[in-house]
Amino acid sequence: MSILEVEDLSISFKQYTRGLKQKHHHVITSLNVTLEAGEILAVVGASGSGKSLLAHAILGILPSNASMSGTIKYAGDELTAARQMALRGKEIALVPQSVNYLDPLMRVGAQVRTSVKQGDAALAQRKVFERYHLQSDVENMYPFQLSGGMARRTLLSTAMVSEANVIIADEPTPGLDPVVILEALHDFRELADNGCAVMLITHDIESALKIADKIAVFYAGTTVEVAPVDDFFGNGEALRHPYSKALWRALPQNDFVPIRGSQPHPSALPAGCLFEPRCEKVTLECRQARPEMRNLRNGMVRCIHAT
Amino acid sequence: MRKGLNRHIGIFLLLKSVRMATLLVAICFISFLLIKNSPIDPIQAYIGADLLKVGPEQREKIAEYWGLDQPVMVQFFNWGSALLTGDLGTSMIYRRPVAEIISERFLNSFVLMITAWLLSGIIGFAMGVISAMKKDTWVDKFIKWYCYTLASTPTFWLGLLMLIVFAVWLGWFPIGLGVPAGVLAEDVTIADRINHLILPAITLSVVGVANVALHTRQKLIDVLASDYVLFARARGEYGFGLFWRHGLRNVALPAITLQFAAFSELFGGAVLAEQVFSYPGLGQATVEAGLRGDVPLLLGLVICSALFVFIGNLIADLIYYVLDPRIREGRMI
Repeated sequence: MSILEVEDLSISFKQYTRGLKQKHHHVITSLNVTLEAGEILAVVGASGSGKSLLAHAILGILPSNASMSGTIKYAGDELTAARQMALRGKEIALVPQSVNYLDPLMRVGAQVRTSVKQGDAALAQRKVFERYHLQSDVENMYPFQLSGGMARRTLLSTAMVSEANVIIADEPTPGLDPVVILEALHDFRELADNGCAVMLITHDIESALKIADKIAVFYAGTTVEVAPVDDFFGNGEALRHPYSKALWRALPQNDFVPIRGSQPHPSALPAGCLFEPRCEKVTLECRQARPEMRNLRNGMVRCIHAT
Repeated sequence: MRKGLNRHIGIFLLLKSVRMATLLVAICFISFLLIKNSPIDPIQAYIGADLLKVGPEQREKIAEYWGLDQPVMVQFFNWGSALLTGDLGTSMIYRRPVAEIISERFLNSFVLMITAWLLSGIIGFAMGVISAMKKDTWVDKFIKWYCYTLASTPTFWLGLLMLIVFAVWLGWFPIGLGVPAGVLAEDVTIADRINHLILPAITLSVVGVANVALHTRQKLIDVLASDYVLFARARGEYGFGLFWRHGLRNVALPAITLQFAAFSELFGGAVLAEQVFSYPGLGQATVEAGLRGDVPLLLGLVICSALFVFIGNLIADLIYYVLDPRIREGRMI
C-alpha cells in the first residue's frame, strides 16, 4: 500500500481584479501522485508549475486564500486538516530550500532540537550534527553565519531528528556547488534505503535521475507522466508523454532542442489537454476534454495518444 | 569574543560622543542666534510691569551689567565659556540658578515620561500583537480604528477631555498641579504625587500607543508570512507557542528601538500635557520661559531636551548592537 496518495488534487486562488470581479487562478489541476515507503519520487517541472504548492498542500500549510479540492491519503486514511496538524513535523517532514526558512534570531541547534518529538532532544541533535559532519560549535551559530552547505545539512537535520516516515524536500539543492549537491542526493538516498518515503521536488532532472526510483513530470500544475527512472535514456523513446519527451530532448547533453511556446498562465488554462497548444500530436479530441491519467507500461500518462 | 564586542562598543560610543558634542555646539549656537534675533527684549522681559519706572540710563546699566551691549559673538562666547564650567546662568523668572530649576523639573517630568513611555510601550506592543494574530477580524479592525483615531488626536485636546471627564465630572483625580494645593511641602506624600501623576501619564500613554501598535502589527504580519514561520508550521508548531518562539523576538527588537527613538515625540507630548495639567515639569517650564523671554532658562532647556532625545536614540542604536546577533556577531567574522 502506498504511504501517501494524492488523488485529483486541485488548488486555486481567488483574486479580485477590478472592483468585485473575481478571477480564479488554477495553480494545480487534477493532480495524481503516489509515494511508496523506501522509494524516492522526484517531481520535476519548470518553475511556476505549482511544485511547491503540492508540498504545502500535503502538509496543510497553504495560504488562507487558497481553495483546495481532491483527496490526500496518508497510510490509507484521508488526511483531514486536523490530522495534518497532528502529523506534520512528526510523520511528515519538510526539507525547505534555503536558509531563509530558519528563524534568523534563533541559534540553529535550538531550531533542530524543536523538531525532536520524543527522547533526549540535545542528544539527538548532537548525534545528527555529528552524522552530517557539522562541528559542535555550529549549534551555537545563527542562520546568517552558516555556509550554503552547512545550511543544507542543518535543514536536513531538522527532518532527520523528527524521525518522520515521509520526507518532502522542496528544491533542496539550488545554488549549491556540485560536490554539496551530490552529498545531498546521497543523504536522501540513504533516508529512502532506511525505509523513508522521499518526495524530491526539483527542476534539476539530471540530479533527480541519479537517485530517484520514479519521476513524476509536472506541467502547468498537473502530472503529465509518472515513469520509472530507467525510461529516461536515448532520445526518450521509452517515455510516454510528448512533454516528457520534449523536456528530455531539451537537455544540453541530449539534443538541446527547445520546446516552442510557453506554459499557460494559471488564469487562462486551455479547455482541453493542458499541453495541447504546444503539442505536435494535437488532434481535435485533445481540444475537447482533459485526458484522464491512465496506466501504461509500468508507468502512468495523461495523454490519449500515448503508447 | 567578549573582548572584541567591548572594543566595538567602545569605538561606537566614542564616535557617538563626538557626534553629540558637535550636535550640541550647533544647537547652542543656532538657538542662541534665534533668541537674539527674536522680538523678545531680555531687559523688558526682566523688568516687566515696572518698565515705566525705569529710565534709559538704568536700562543701559542693566544692559551693561548683563553684557548685552557687546557684539553677539562675544556674548555667545561669554555664555558658552560659562556653560563649559557648568554655569547655566540664572533664570529671570524664578531668580534661581537654571541648573537647579532644570534638575528639579526634570525629576518631575522624568517620572511622568517614564510612566507614560512604559505604559504606551507595553500596551501598544500587546495591541499590535493581538491585532496581527487576529488579522482582518473585528478585533483587528477595532484596534486599527482606535490607533488611527488616536494618531490624529492632539495631546492637549485629549488632556482637556480627560480633565473634564475624570477630574470635573467624576472627581476621581485632582485637577492639575503636581502636588495638592495648600499643603506644606514636607507634608506631601508619595501617594499625593502619584495621584497627581495618573491623569497626565494616562493622557500621554493613550496617545503614544498608536505608533508602537501599528508598527508591531505590520511587523508581525510580515513575520507570520515569512518563510521561517511557514517552516515552523510545517514542523508542527502553531498558535501562541509559534508566536512565542519565532514571533516575539523578531518583533520585539524593532519595537523597542522604535520606542526609544520616540523619545522626541514623548518630550513634545509632555510639553503640551504638562501645560494642560499645570504639571510642574520641564515642558511647562519651557512654555513659560519662551512666553516670558527667560533666555538663560530657555537655552538650558534646549540643551537638556537635546541631550534627552540624543540619549534615547543612542540607546536605540546600542540595543541593536547588543541584542541583534546579526549585528553583534556579524562584526566579528
